[in-house]
Formats: sequence, C-alpha cells, structure tokens
Amino acid sequence: MNRRTLLASAALALGLAGTALAQDKTKVGFVFVGPIGDGGWTYEHNEGRLAVEEHFGDAVETVYQESVPEGADAERVLTQMALSGADLIFTTSFGYMDPTINVAAKFPDVKFEHATGYKRADNVGTYSARFYEGRAVQGHIAGKMTESNIIGYIASFPIPEVIRGINSAYIHAKKVNPDVQFKVIWAYTWFDPAKEADAATALIEQGADVILQHTDSTAPQAAAEKAGNVYTFGQASDMAEYAPKPRISSIIDNWSPYYIDRVQAVIDGTWESDDTWDGIGAGMVKIGEISDAVPADVKAEAEAMIEAIASGAYHPFTGPLNKQDGTPWLAEGEVADDGTLLGMNFYVEGLTGEIPQ
Amino acid sequence: MIRLEKRPQPSRAWTVATPILAVALTMVAGGLMFAALGKDPVEAIRTIFWDPLFNEQFASYSRPQLLVKAGPLVLIAIGLSLGFRAGIWNIGAEGQYIMGALAGAGVALALYPLEAWFLFPLMVIAGALGGWAWAMIPALLKTRFRTNEILVSLLLVYVAEQILASMSLGLMRNPEGGGFPGSRNLQQYPAAANPELIAGTGMHWGVVAGFIAVITAYILLNRHMLGFQIRLTGQSPRAARFAGVNPNALVLFCLGTSGALAGLAGLFEVAGPAGQISIDFNQGYGFTAIIVAFLGRLHPVGILLAGLLMALTYIGGELAQFMLGIPAAAIQAFQGMLLFFLLGVDVLSNYNIRLGRREVA
Repeated sequence: MNRRTLLASAALALGLAGTALAQDKTKVGFVFVGPIGDGGWTYEHNEGRLAVEEHFGDAVETVYQESVPEGADAERVLTQMALSGADLIFTTSFGYMDPTINVAAKFPDVKFEHATGYKRADNVGTYSARFYEGRAVQGHIAGKMTESNIIGYIASFPIPEVIRGINSAYIHAKKVNPDVQFKVIWAYTWFDPAKEADAATALIEQGADVILQHTDSTAPQAAAEKAGNVYTFGQASDMAEYAPKPRISSIIDNWSPYYIDRVQAVIDGTWESDDTWDGIGAGMVKIGEISDAVPADVKAEAEAMIEAIASGAYHPFTGPLNKQDGTPWLAEGEVADDGTLLGMNFYVEGLTGEIPQ
Repeated sequence: MIRLEKRPQPSRAWTVATPILAVALTMVAGGLMFAALGKDPVEAIRTIFWDPLFNEQFASYSRPQLLVKAGPLVLIAIGLSLGFRAGIWNIGAEGQYIMGALAGAGVALALYPLEAWFLFPLMVIAGALGGWAWAMIPALLKTRFRTNEILVSLLLVYVAEQILASMSLGLMRNPEGGGFPGSRNLQQYPAAANPELIAGTGMHWGVVAGFIAVITAYILLNRHMLGFQIRLTGQSPRAARFAGVNPNALVLFCLGTSGALAGLAGLFEVAGPAGQISIDFNQGYGFTAIIVAFLGRLHPVGILLAGLLMALTYIGGELAQFMLGIPAAAIQAFQGMLLFFLLGVDVLSNYNIRLGRREVA
C-alpha cells in the first residue's frame, strides 16, 4: 500500500463517518469571510441564513463560522463542519474554492454551494449575483453627480468579478458624462476598515467626489461623511445609516430566496449541482433606495434603467465597445456573452491605469 | 500590604506550575465572559480544550490537525528563540515565511510538469534559502550600518506581502486558472507535494522538520559552544565580548537561522496544507510564532508545548464558534486572556510575595 492509496482510504473513512452522523433535522452550515457585523457582504449572507431559520423553523438547524481565512484554515473549518453532520454547506467567498472542492471530495453525501467560484463537482454547485447590473445603475448616477469629474473606486482583488464591476460602472458614467475619469485603488482585501478608510481618503485627496467600492465595510462612508460633499453607495448591503448623504443609493445582495430554495431542494432530495447567476430580474441583486440627495430627473433615469435591466430589454455590456488598447470587443448592438464576462480580465476603452499583474 | 521581593533565582517549582495556573485562571475568566454572552461556560471550555482531543465525532480529525497547525508555529518559534536569547530581535519572520514559500514554490512551478525525485528536496533547499536571504537584509544592514533589526525586519514583511501579491497575479499565476489570481495547486503535482506522510496523523515534512528543530536547538543550547555564546550574549553582551564572542557573526547566525527556518515553514505550508501561492497565503504564523516563543520561555521543549497549546485554542475556538455560536471576537479575547495570564503569573516565578508591613529599620 503506497502513500496515495493510504490517503484515499483515509478519505473514504472520513466520508463514511460523515454519513453515519447525518441526523433527521437538516443541518445547514455557512462559512463567512468577514464578521457577520461587517454591514456589507457577510452581513447579507447572514441575513440569508436567518431567513432560512425563520422559513423552516424547527426542521432546519443552521451553524456558521465567521472571519475564516481563505486557505488551509478554511479546509479544516469545512471538514469539521461536515463531520459535525451538516447536510448542506454554503461557502461564501471566492477564496474558498479549492478548499470546498477538496473537502467535498471527501464527503460525497454532503452538498456544497460555493459563491462566486467556477469549479463544480457532483456535490458542489456555484452561485453568484450579477452585481455588474447594479454597477451600471451606480455608474449612471455617479456620472451625473460628480462635479470634479473624478470618480474614485476602491477595488478589492483583480479578479473578473471586480473588473466587471469597474467596467460596467465606467461605461455608464462615461455615457452621461464624457469627461469623467476613474481612479482605482486596489486594496487587496474584502474587509479591512482601516485600509478602506485610507483608500477613500487618498481618493478624496486626489479630487474624487464620488466613491464606489467593492469592499465590505462602511469605513469609506465614514471617510466621505467627514470630508463632506462626497457621495458613496452602499456595497452588498444597504448601509442606510449613512443615507441620505453620503450614501445616495446601494447595491444589495439578496441571498434569502436562493438559500431557502436550495435548502428546500436538499430536504426534498432534489438538490443537484448547478451554476446559478442571477441579477436584478430574479431579485438576487437589488438597488437600495435612491436618496433625496439625487436630483429627481437622475433618479427617474436610474429607475428606468433598473426596469430595463430587470425585464431583459437592456444589457449593461452592449456594443459598440472597445477594449482599453483600442481593439474592438463588441460591435454595435452586440451583447457580451457570459463566458467572456465570467473571465473578464481587461478594461474597456477610456479607463486609465493597468490591472495589476 | 503586599510586597514583591525579587528572587535571586527564578523558582523552579513555580516555573512548572505557572503555566497550569494560567490555564486555570483563563478558564475561570473566560468562563465568566462566555456566561456573560449567555453561553454555558462549562460547555464552552470543554469544547475548546477537550473536544478537539477527545470528542469521538471530531477528535480523529482534529487531533492530527493540531500538528498541522502547530508545525509551522514551532518551526518558526525555535528559530526566533535563538536570536531572542541573544538579544537579536527578528520580528519579520512573516516576511521570511512568505519569501521561503515563494522561492520553493517558484522552483516547482518553473520545472512543472517535471516528475523527478529530486524536485521536492530542491524545493526545500530553495525555501530555506529564500527565508535566509530575506533575513540577511536586516542582518547585513545591522552589522554594516548599525540599523535596528526590529524595524528593518518588520517593514520587510510588508514588502514581502507586495511581492506575494504580484507573484500570484503575474509570474506564478496558474495559466489554466481562467485569469483568477493564485498559482497551480502543488497538492495536485505529486513530485512537488508535501502530503500527509501517514494518513490520519497530520504528519507532513514540515511537522517532522519542527521536531528535528526542537531537538537540534536543545542540543545546540545545552551542549554546544555556540549555544553557550548565545546565552552569554543575552545575559551580558560585555562579558560575551571578553569571552571572545564575535557579535557580528552571532547576528548573522541568529537572523540567518531564524530566516531559514521561517522559509522552510513557508515552503512546507505552500506545498502541503495551503497548496498554492495566493494573495493572502500568509496567515500570521510569523507573528504568532513570536508569542509561541515567549510562551515557551524561549526553551525548545517549552516552545513545542506552547505551539501545541496555541493550536489547540485555534482549533477548539473554531469548534466553539460553530457548535455553540460563540462569536469569533470572543474566541480572540479568550486567546488574549491566556497570554495575559501566562505572562502575568510569571511574577510568581521571579518574585516572592510577602504579606504584611515592611519593617522600619
């Protein structure tokens, strides 16, 4: 018996242990990348968890773990959760992708749902929201609201999801304000109030008077409030405590219907691995109330855009669009396909700076 | 009146008893905190300290995980303790850990998909050299220009983090990863992987290296001239110079060794449990190891036990979070209490406590 067959048999033993522990009550686990009180990304996932608890009552038990680092620690947390008898586990950050796949291989009877990733298995499904649809609305409002024509953007990691958001916001800001300029800061974190506040302050000092963010804390809102006359948008969560100014609207991730749906599928025994990518139309992405700080006509235009996106009449990535280096991407009236969007690693024409390599 | 009287020698009995007393005090204070949060304190303490070791549902998995978590901590802390004993303060093990991982993984990724027996040994050497070279920067600056090694080594951590981000986005990015950051997974590259040596034990080469480091450091400090020089320099630099110790050579040795061990820890982690170079590959082992070194009283065996204890609070803390719904912040506070009490009760080993009035002379 060599090293590798030993490993395989150990994995099998672990898997069997997992099955033996399954209980009558359906147990649903959640692994969070930030604290549930972050007011953004993790907060909304936890709201989804609470909705599951409320919907199913005693039939379902949920467990969660917050602030789990993406890497070897995630693998241990997932294994322990599976060992504790979880039937379905949601892993809610991109960096949990490989750990989810690894642990899922050891526990064939436990179902896994990984947010924003692209690797699937028989017992691993993926789900994500079309945040870029919300970014289009945000870009439109931002382009109208800026007076300095400089929009700051706090980006997290240079992955397709984030780049897609920058492109979508820029295209729509530029459409209503041809002089607009984007300044992007890469924070390399999803949640770090100190870093986010520094980034916001740096952008404000460079003349930005509207700040968009792809990080999860409300530190940029606090920085904008302090600076005065700087507008921001709630990210992942409504962040309504900063309304009507500096927070003038928000993109909200609404996971509750999806989570309830998937838990029901596990209970019914109909769960199957699939890839879900829903947007405004399906209600997975919501636009938070556009506050009174936004002029009525801008608000009306934004609402019309939301409706057009929801009904499918308008796609935020509609040609003519060129890539940053000037090469053509989409012809007049052509709409981007999901494959290109999922792997997006280029800026559109007009954006300055480079995606970190 | 309570008075403290310094003991001429630290009390041997208390040196052994204080860690146990500290753990007991932590259980009481932590239990009060958990009770204040509305959780059953006895159950919480049991989940943290007992379940990872003996719970029939988890222990077969979490016991080996103790070694996986403690391995890098012990390996790094042993290296640091040599310098700390001599008054040479390497605070930048985190950076050396990153550079070791990058150097080792770099060798594997450059030679991919070569399957050769010498690949892993080559990676080990590269990992040690990577950490060593990164530690040589503060060492050379200190010996040449008298710069402060605390500041230089610490700030180089942030430089290393930037290099790590750049590598995972650029040079080392997985060409088959769909544009996402992060390297190939070394666990899926047999010649380069650092797998569990015996299934179900958690033993990988990094844990083996940790044990070897403990034994070597013990022999070095107790039986070797160099160990004597290290201890002497820490106690009295002046006396050490009279005894013929070359302070510059000692700086190079201590920083170099701790850098190499940190680099090794990084290499074993990236080829084993972590599997790949990614932007947030480092998880603070290099900083936690400083605590482990002091918790273990800078003694090799003490460090081994301290590393295991830290690992236990991490793994037990995770269990307590999802089994009992205790917030992550409360677990961190609990770990903080443990360190606080461990250092606080140290006073008992170094001082006599006298009750009553000071006599008037």
